[in-house]
Amino acid sequence: MSGSAPPLAPAPPDAGRAPLRRRRRALGLAAALIGLILVCALSLLFGSRPVSVPEVVRALTTWPADGIAEAAVQSRIPRTALGLLVGAALGLAGALLQGATRNPLGDPGLLGVSSGASLAVVLGIAVAGVTSMSAYVWLALAGAGLTAGLVYGISSLGREGATPLKLALAGAAATAALTSLISAVLLSRADTFDVFRFWQVGGISGARFGDMLQVLPFLLVGAALALGTGRGLDALALGDDVASGLGRRAGRIRGIAAVAAVLLCGAATAIAGPIGFLGLTMPHLARAVTGPDYRWILPYSAVFGAVLLLAADVLGRVLTRPGDIQVGIMTALLGAPVLIAIVRRRRVVAL
Amino acid sequence: MTATPPATLDQAISGGRLVRRRRHAVVVGALVALLLLAAALTLCVGNTVYTPDQVLRAVLGERVPGASFTVVRLRLPRMLVGALAGIAFGLAGVLFQTMLGNVLASPDVIGISAGSSAAAVIGIALLGLSGAAVSVLAVAAGLAVALAIFALSAGGTGGSRLLLIGIGVGAMLQSVISYVLTRANVTEASEALRWLTGSLNGATLERVPPLALTVAVLAPIVLLLGRRLTILQLGDDAAAGLGVSPRRTRALLVAVAVGLLAVATATTGPIAFVAFLAGPIATRLLRGAGSPLAASALVGAALVLVADLGGANLFEARFPVGVITGAAGAPYLLWLLARTNRSGGSL
Repeated sequence: MSGSAPPLAPAPPDAGRAPLRRRRRALGLAAALIGLILVCALSLLFGSRPVSVPEVVRALTTWPADGIAEAAVQSRIPRTALGLLVGAALGLAGALLQGATRNPLGDPGLLGVSSGASLAVVLGIAVAGVTSMSAYVWLALAGAGLTAGLVYGISSLGREGATPLKLALAGAAATAALTSLISAVLLSRADTFDVFRFWQVGGISGARFGDMLQVLPFLLVGAALALGTGRGLDALALGDDVASGLGRRAGRIRGIAAVAAVLLCGAATAIAGPIGFLGLTMPHLARAVTGPDYRWILPYSAVFGAVLLLAADVLGRVLTRPGDIQVGIMTALLGAPVLIAIVRRRRVVAL
Repeated sequence: MTATPPATLDQAISGGRLVRRRRHAVVVGALVALLLLAAALTLCVGNTVYTPDQVLRAVLGERVPGASFTVVRLRLPRMLVGALAGIAFGLAGVLFQTMLGNVLASPDVIGISAGSSAAAVIGIALLGLSGAAVSVLAVAAGLAVALAIFALSAGGTGGSRLLLIGIGVGAMLQSVISYVLTRANVTEASEALRWLTGSLNGATLERVPPLALTVAVLAPIVLLLGRRLTILQLGDDAAAGLGVSPRRTRALLVAVAVGLLAVATATTGPIAFVAFLAGPIATRLLRGAGSPLAASALVGAALVLVADLGGANLFEARFPVGVITGAAGAPYLLWLLARTNRSGGSL
């Protein structure tokens, strides 16, 4: 895609500040990577059992563990890895949805896509007796894709297209309907109630490497597609007419971005349950650092998403030790104020 | 074209008024009949079906073998709580929708129900409160959420900022409810669902008096305020000119609506979409004939009872009322969005 860039590629409006911005982008990415290492360390350090730094180091170097503290640290490794994967996937999915719909409120949770994936998986468990993670993923992808199409289709009817308000309302309505159906399915089978809370709020506490390996291909394909759409989304940001004037096919860019977003969000929901607001907030945070350039916003959103999901998870573990607040609850508590701030800044609403 | 003599004009106006008043009476009458039918069915139909005669004798205090316990202890409170909560939700919903001039601005869409529900579930599950204390907490939380949403959306353009902020606040409070449910060791799915989507399963006779008292005090106030609400719809300046203080009226209306909503929510949980649906259905039935307040209250009560009957009897498993109204109400919201779009109106 980047090879066929026309000479009229959109120049940033403030070309004179380009070197400054480039330095800020590089510094920001370095800071984010340091943050990533830091939250990984914190994630290994904190849990229901307090451990010391030397114990963490020993746990990472000796395999299998030779003490209780080391075993505790090693049991936190899959959870940490899953947090990174899911966070990056959701951050990326949010950036894709915002870019493809040109809408500041793109978020898999807010638009009901995560609930659609949940319902499909719950139906699969209750009706078809599905138990394997690889089947969950396909079901979740189907559910996510259908819901995304339905919500976007309904809100883009009419002259003014998919406004933020219509997307949010259609998403809220879809979430309400799908949650009711999830409750109905779970209630009709008393034995699935244990799974109930897990599917109401997303969490990463039950992480297993075997499951992660099964969703990894979907996440990788989704991420590869996503990172390839950067230039296309930049062109879309100028409007469909300008984009096609620049030799871009708006429909195809949107389609690729949607497929990538559904892959990322469906796979993440299949393994961690519905986690909202992360996809909403990360791209806005990324945009604040990088400026309006999706080639940078996309990777930044992924890294920020990984850092913040893990940070929220660690915070949830620390706040109610020795219990633990599921990360889906933490992201909603931390993310909703960001949504309110975005809505209050009118300039951003007219993305 | 021809000049109408004043007498005929007067007649025409009063004739139109008569037609509207008659339609209003017909609609309200039909709704009362529907409500009574749903109430009777709630008492008669269930795992065991009793004849109206058995039910009537049991309700009047006679000891009917087999029927007395089920009808008086189980079904009667369920029916009363359902009808009263429906009235409260219907009135609260239509008050918000009319006052904010937007069908979508009902308290369950903008997060006020979620606030009351979160407060109630915290009070019951974490603080060990019960009875009136829970209601007080729910009302306080509902008012706080309403004030917060209004304050946060102040200075915005039209209602869209209010709606978006309300949806965000609602999502946040929903996660608080989920959190409390994961902490509080709620073992029964029905108990958890009561706070997530609303249910009549926990209804007992002891829960009826607080709800009945609230509805008995606040519903007449709402009907009395109906005239001021109509004047408020003319715009703030016109209302002030007609001697209605917009600020004071609005504050009063919000307080009354939140009071109704919160006490009902503390009893049954936030029964999904009843507050949202009652107003538009009533307006559609009335077609402009008079105030929609009374009709909305009746539609709300009928909705709750009919959905509860359906959820309890139509399927293999017993579904709480909120699951049914949620599954039925959300498509209506989507349809409303699609229809508004087609007619070119903007939200």
